[in-house]
Amino acid sequence: MPRVVITGVGVISPIGLTRDAFWRSLVAGTCGIHAIHSPDFDQIRFKHAADIEGFVPEDHLAAKDISLMDRFAQFAVVAAKEAMAQSGLELTPAMREEGAVVTGSCIGGRSAEEIGYRELYIHNRNRVHPLTIPLGMANAGASHISMQFGIQGPSYTISTACASSAHSIGQAFHMVRSGSAPFALAGGSEAPLYFGNLKAWEAMRVISKDTCRPFSADRSGLVLGEGGAMLVLEPLEAALARGAKPIAEIVGFGMSADACHITQPSAEGPARAMRMALRDAGLAPEQIGYINAHGTATEVNDRTETAAIRLVFGAHADKLAISSTKSMHAHTLGAAGAIEAAASALSLANGILPPTVNYTTPDPACDLDVIPNAARTQQVEACLSNSFAFGGLNAVLALRNFA
Amino acid sequence: MSDSIQDRVLKIIASTRRIPLESVRPDSTFEELGVDSLDRLNILFDLESEFDIEIDDEEAKKVQNIPEMIAGITHLVEAKAKATPES
Repeated sequence: MPRVVITGVGVISPIGLTRDAFWRSLVAGTCGIHAIHSPDFDQIRFKHAADIEGFVPEDHLAAKDISLMDRFAQFAVVAAKEAMAQSGLELTPAMREEGAVVTGSCIGGRSAEEIGYRELYIHNRNRVHPLTIPLGMANAGASHISMQFGIQGPSYTISTACASSAHSIGQAFHMVRSGSAPFALAGGSEAPLYFGNLKAWEAMRVISKDTCRPFSADRSGLVLGEGGAMLVLEPLEAALARGAKPIAEIVGFGMSADACHITQPSAEGPARAMRMALRDAGLAPEQIGYINAHGTATEVNDRTETAAIRLVFGAHADKLAISSTKSMHAHTLGAAGAIEAAASALSLANGILPPTVNYTTPDPACDLDVIPNAARTQQVEACLSNSFAFGGLNAVLALRNFA
Repeated sequence: MSDSIQDRVLKIIASTRRIPLESVRPDSTFEELGVDSLDRLNILFDLESEFDIEIDDEEAKKVQNIPEMIAGITHLVEAKAKATPES
């Protein structure tokens, strides 16, 4: 089977509107979470989120396209353009015909529907905007990316809550490895900071009142964020033949379902996904030096994820470094897997492991090396990127340093 | 309003869990009743509607048993009555 490398990374996030800005923030330990002052947040019991300040669609997208895209689709296209530009990939007609676009999103453009519902139910109007359907559909990101680059091969969207874009990248990886697509653009995006969705998360009672402190004993829940990330995946041989510089190699992908509870995770399900990713990669557990954890900072996730890592790695768990970059970019739901896969790839390429910021107090139930508060200069051979969804659907990517 | 706060809390627990009211007693533990974290959310939601109150996340997390739940609701209902003297 051909080896698959990442040759382009695009990121738009609360801690940087570009890949390089995002990476600088991860290394500096910059937290993008803050109190948001808006009429919507005035009616919500929590005030903190990680929004993308300073995003001007006109800076990135053609005027004629902007009104056709909800914010989440704009993020997808912006990240895809940055990833394609970095890859330097020039698409031949044959590549356009068979190339793949796989995106992940948990809620898609549902904020466009909310605008329509406000018109109907509050303003007593009898009609909604004619673009409500094309703006709202979760596959809008994949569709707009395919149109932007003329990519005509397998293109679709996966929605597995907080694992959406990890599943997307994993599927795209398998397509490129099997030869069914000559390259793929894969990742995801999310724009969840709208009133109805904020209210829905408020009702779940899992949102922190101040900030995101993964694995810290005083953690108080997750914080919502928005953003997107896309990766260009291609066979190693093709990348080298055209003189591209691989950023990292994707070597394995593992999936599992907890099959137990719609919101409570198990340790066994995530553990099986990690084992499957290692098996798919042909890696021994001891070859993993870093895990970009799901690390939401809910009481139950962090405890369960720690237990899952111990199940898989045994004594080696104490030699691993893990961190939750959600402490900086917050939980971007369907975009999280892609943003964290991007962070993982950049960590391998730069020989620096990003920290878990906002960490104050060790928790005996989360007793792993979580790289508290400061990035660490350390070149690891390989890493995992964990994504675990509500509904018990788990996706784990394995990446290897390409030196 | 004939039912006591206790009766109304027990009714909500029973209806949320879809179990007979007779099986819910003040000394029942949440474990005995099979109340998991999602059931707790549903119960809190229904209690807020029933008593027209707002239950703080952190306060809710401290509740270990039904008497503590009844005491918490009683406290919130009394605080609301004080805040709106006309009722």
